[in-house]
Amino acid sequence: MQRHLISAADLTRDDAVLILDTAEEMARVADRPIKKLPTLRGRTVVNLFFEDSTRTRISFEAAEKRLSADVINFTAKGSSVSKGESLKDTAQTLEAMGVDAVVIRHGASGAPYRLATSGWIDAAVINAGDGTHQHPTQALLDAFTMRRRLVGRDAGLGQDLDGKRITIVGDILHGRVARSNVDLLHTLGAQVTLVAPPTLLPVGVETWPCEVSYDLDSTLPKSDAVMMLRVQRERMNAAFFPTEREYSRRYGLDGDRMARMPEHAIVMHPGPMVRGMEITAEVADSDRCTAIEQVANGVSIRMAVLYLLLGGNEPAVTHSRTEEK
Amino acid sequence: MDTQQSESRAVLEGPDIARVLTRIAHEIVERAKGADDVVLLGIPTRGVFLAQRLAAKLEEITERKVPVGSLDITMYRDDLRMKPPRALARTDIPADGIDGRLVVLVDDVLFSGRTIRAALDALNDIGRPRAVQLAVLVDRGHRELPIRADYVGKNLPTSLRETVKVQLAEEDGRDTVLLGAKQPAPGAQQ
Repeated sequence: MQRHLISAADLTRDDAVLILDTAEEMARVADRPIKKLPTLRGRTVVNLFFEDSTRTRISFEAAEKRLSADVINFTAKGSSVSKGESLKDTAQTLEAMGVDAVVIRHGASGAPYRLATSGWIDAAVINAGDGTHQHPTQALLDAFTMRRRLVGRDAGLGQDLDGKRITIVGDILHGRVARSNVDLLHTLGAQVTLVAPPTLLPVGVETWPCEVSYDLDSTLPKSDAVMMLRVQRERMNAAFFPTEREYSRRYGLDGDRMARMPEHAIVMHPGPMVRGMEITAEVADSDRCTAIEQVANGVSIRMAVLYLLLGGNEPAVTHSRTEEK
Repeated sequence: MDTQQSESRAVLEGPDIARVLTRIAHEIVERAKGADDVVLLGIPTRGVFLAQRLAAKLEEITERKVPVGSLDITMYRDDLRMKPPRALARTDIPADGIDGRLVVLVDDVLFSGRTIRAALDALNDIGRPRAVQLAVLVDRGHRELPIRADYVGKNLPTSLRETVKVQLAEEDGRDTVLLGAKQPAPGAQQ
């Protein structure tokens, strides 16, 4: 594992399984009367959010606080960024304050990579979503949720998602969640199928390690997990489909469609959900929908990532390190 | 690994370990006046197996179920910053908790005492026991903190150039305590 977490594609299978296993232990802290570990005491983490986000920022903040890190929240609105400061100057300002890690969300794809590799700062960089590129902690928490539900909490320890059939439905074009999930799920041995109208699939999707289908109904019976993605209206500057109703009828998940899924299959949603668009209230409120669970798992996963990147004198390396102990 | 084993000497064999655990179980019952509020917490990895074996012996003696669990101390270690992060082990606190109970921490080797300090910190975040005691299979000396064991399987005077390695059937396939010479690349114990 590197010092930074920029892309889900950078993770090896063993790194990913180590993060999931660590998250499983972190999840148990939530059941304790004192939900706090002293692990990152004295380390400072900045949440650098150039783009709006509620759940990801709160989730990171909860994870950082549970590990006793000092947390600084930085949002672009009302900051020096709105006065025209560049990413470089912002980063160097933070560096001068002695920051150990930067959790960054940015509208431009590649901003976290630039921050991590430019030599502007020494801090570890964790990507919390950049443009339409990557959102690795989301992919990890999704994989964690799948492993818990499809393999089992204790049975899952040390295991990947070998042979599990995962269907991702919706806005793949604007979705960093889809891209990160395809990378990570492929690494973990799952078979991924993307389902979307052709206009919402990115150029070059045929080179991704997954199947592509335009037909939701034929894919559902062959799925162990179905992940519904929100149509990102705020990123849309063209007409990608005729009407929302038509999209909803062809690619939305309702009770009838859910009934066609195998008995054990789960419905996932990274949130925020638009009820009536990609998912109906009936499905969103059913036991098979893991949206709320995913939020809780997000804190555990982010604790695991923070611990593995910042907890020691260097990040946890699973291979190439033989002289250890 | 093989060379190290050939140079090391067994100081406790399987039957010795069984006898030692039986004695410790009796001592716990004696000191705790019946052991009705005892909770055993093993420190991973081998302390957990020792705690489970002790619990089985205590159940034989007292004919009562003895709560047993595990306490991972990784995130409370004082040398966390000096090494790459380690994989975490399971913390499993019995359902009734530890508040007001007599917690007996169980570990394989007592050396610097730093593991036990970390365990006391970890306990602090989980509850408030009536008292905390410590049971170890081997006490090899060289304490770096004011910590002592209440129940000791074997006092083993060692030099810092030696290593003590506990092997248990659950993890290593056999029961034995090995005393060996330290390899150039330090085979750290504890």
